[in-house]
Amino acid sequence: MRGLGAKVWSDTCKEPPMAAAAPADLATIAKKWKDKRGSLIMALHDLQGRYGYVPRDAAQELGKLMDVPLARIYEVITFYNYFKLEAPGRNIISVCMGTACYLKGAPEIVAKLSEKFSVKAGETTPDKMFHLQQVRCIGCCGLAPVVTVNEKVLAKVKAADVIDQVYACAVKGA
Amino acid sequence: MPKFTPAELDAHKAKLLAAAKKKAIIKVGLNTCGDAAGALPVMLAIKEAVAKAGVDAQIVKTGCAGMCGIEPLVEVSIGGAPATMYGQVTAEAAREIVEKHVVGGKVVEAFKVPSIAEMSSDKPVAGKQYRIVLRNCGVIDPESLDEYIARDGYQALKQTLTAMTGEQVIAELETAGLRGRGGAGFPTFMKWKLTRASRPGEQKYIICNGDEGDPGAYMDRSVLEGDPHAVIEGMIIGGWVIGASKGIFYIRAEYPLAIERIEKAIKQARANGLLGTNILGTGFDFDLEVRLGAGAFVCGEETALIASIEGKRGTPRPRPPYPAQKGLWDQPTMVNNVETLANIAQIVLRGGSWFGAIGVGRSKGTKVFAVTGKVKNPGLIEIPMGTTLRQVVMDICGGTTTGKPVKAVQTGGPSGGLIPASLLDTPITYEDLQKLGSIMGSGGMIVMDESDNTVDLSRFYLDFSIDESCGKCAPCRIGGTQMLRTIDKIAERKGTAADIAKIKRIALTMQRGSLCALGQTTPNPVLSALRYFESEWTERLLPAVKK
Repeated sequence: MRGLGAKVWSDTCKEPPMAAAAPADLATIAKKWKDKRGSLIMALHDLQGRYGYVPRDAAQELGKLMDVPLARIYEVITFYNYFKLEAPGRNIISVCMGTACYLKGAPEIVAKLSEKFSVKAGETTPDKMFHLQQVRCIGCCGLAPVVTVNEKVLAKVKAADVIDQVYACAVKGA
Repeated sequence: MPKFTPAELDAHKAKLLAAAKKKAIIKVGLNTCGDAAGALPVMLAIKEAVAKAGVDAQIVKTGCAGMCGIEPLVEVSIGGAPATMYGQVTAEAAREIVEKHVVGGKVVEAFKVPSIAEMSSDKPVAGKQYRIVLRNCGVIDPESLDEYIARDGYQALKQTLTAMTGEQVIAELETAGLRGRGGAGFPTFMKWKLTRASRPGEQKYIICNGDEGDPGAYMDRSVLEGDPHAVIEGMIIGGWVIGASKGIFYIRAEYPLAIERIEKAIKQARANGLLGTNILGTGFDFDLEVRLGAGAFVCGEETALIASIEGKRGTPRPRPPYPAQKGLWDQPTMVNNVETLANIAQIVLRGGSWFGAIGVGRSKGTKVFAVTGKVKNPGLIEIPMGTTLRQVVMDICGGTTTGKPVKAVQTGGPSGGLIPASLLDTPITYEDLQKLGSIMGSGGMIVMDESDNTVDLSRFYLDFSIDESCGKCAPCRIGGTQMLRTIDKIAERKGTAADIAKIKRIALTMQRGSLCALGQTTPNPVLSALRYFESEWTERLLPAVKK
């Protein structure tokens, strides 16, 4: 979805990707999936689970271990919305854009958050504290409109209250 | 853990049924939506209150009972009496319920809502809920194999493996008239028959399509979370009938709880000899694994789904060859939707003619819908085919929240269409919905009131489909974008009648020329909006220039 985040590995984004990213992790992931046919997507899920996104260096390293060219990995992660190519920031605010949420005011909620944090959907604040994104249906349509902050689901959200609710759930500090 | 033989399975079931029941049974709905609404603190409060009062009560976490708008839901049943359902329960209310109802025996009227039994009928009557697929959802603990076994679980598997032939199972499905619940409505028996006949003796696969992509729908999630063993049982039976030794669950990564429950259920089934080698001591070997989707709507299309399981971009390919001939790794493969599979065990147990007697015309059995939007009681419902849209929206779901009249109902999500209020008496069948320019779809049903605008909604769906187009074929890739530009022009009041004609022309090209169902159905929401609400479009056009 437009707004889900960058779909290129930018050169400017030189995160210190895997300072803590011991290659041992990658080896474990590679070992778990290497011999299972067609398991690249599963391995990438594990990789993103570990780093919060798919860092270029880690992808390259994993590719070497699994015998998959980086181009193949790039081809796959750019196709699927779920994979992120850049570090998403400390707190991930996801506004559900399923039809039920859309009809019940999700666009106003995005506008409100966008204004507050001065970012568009799919962007991260310069201090890397908040990442705002729109997501596909998370399947809680009876509670629409729904916003998630990290793991916490906020139900029947009103645009007027959303900023306070987000701050209440957000993780502070770097 | 014992590895069941058929006789041991029956003995275990009898033992479970005979076991002494606790005096009170308290059920808390803990699906994704219950959790989101705050059911966990409620569960904790109940546990504490029960411990404090020292009552003999069993506390069970269940799946979705269907009343998603009034979660968290708590159900209390004492001494086998009909259960009382409580809605919008807070931790404080939960303590009050334990104190007054569980201990004191008095129903707390303030939080009482209709129970599952009160909301559904025990006979399949049009207009009333009737639960086949959802029969265990909200009733049993989805993480307990014993609770499933006590409710006839794996009896259908036992019956197929010990007393039926593959042809007999297929014949039952044919009599039942079950059709694919993913939306297209292909006869299920035909798929099973074709895959069974295809390349006998070779490696075959059965795949459960749990890539529920329609935004605004969550039937499959609820079934996977609420009754995982029923889907697994359907998979094993399917695998046995077509001659597959391997099955794959393809589930959206956005559904972590569904994934967790399916994985847990697979482990339980394996540990009890219901999955793996020598199932129920009959010599049949079959195993399951879970593969995750990664956010691509097009992967609901079976050939795209197969590409995704192979670790590739999920782009569809032309059919034929159909997956029955050449599917996963070019081997014969059968792809069935979650809801379709959840029907299998019940059809085997109760017979094809029982199922075939429910519904109307060529649409048999029931259908699960997630009714959302501007409706008073949003939720998950299961109704016999042939129930009218009006019965669903007005009777079962209570009309609009806003009190404004219903303007339209949308079925089939981004692949479906709008149905105006004037046609609400249409019975829900595959054919009737198609005649109106919509589709049955997987079960999303969005209710709109007079304040909603059809130009905006069709634009919303079109935007979704364009974004999800895989880009492989030109009609879908280019057509959608051009159509959206034209709609934007009209929305900005810069369009003319020629632009409406252009939209229709592009739609025709997409319908005829696209490779897969995504492209072919992308124009549906727009076309139906134009068909039934043309004035909303024409009023935005520039006045015709006189020559």
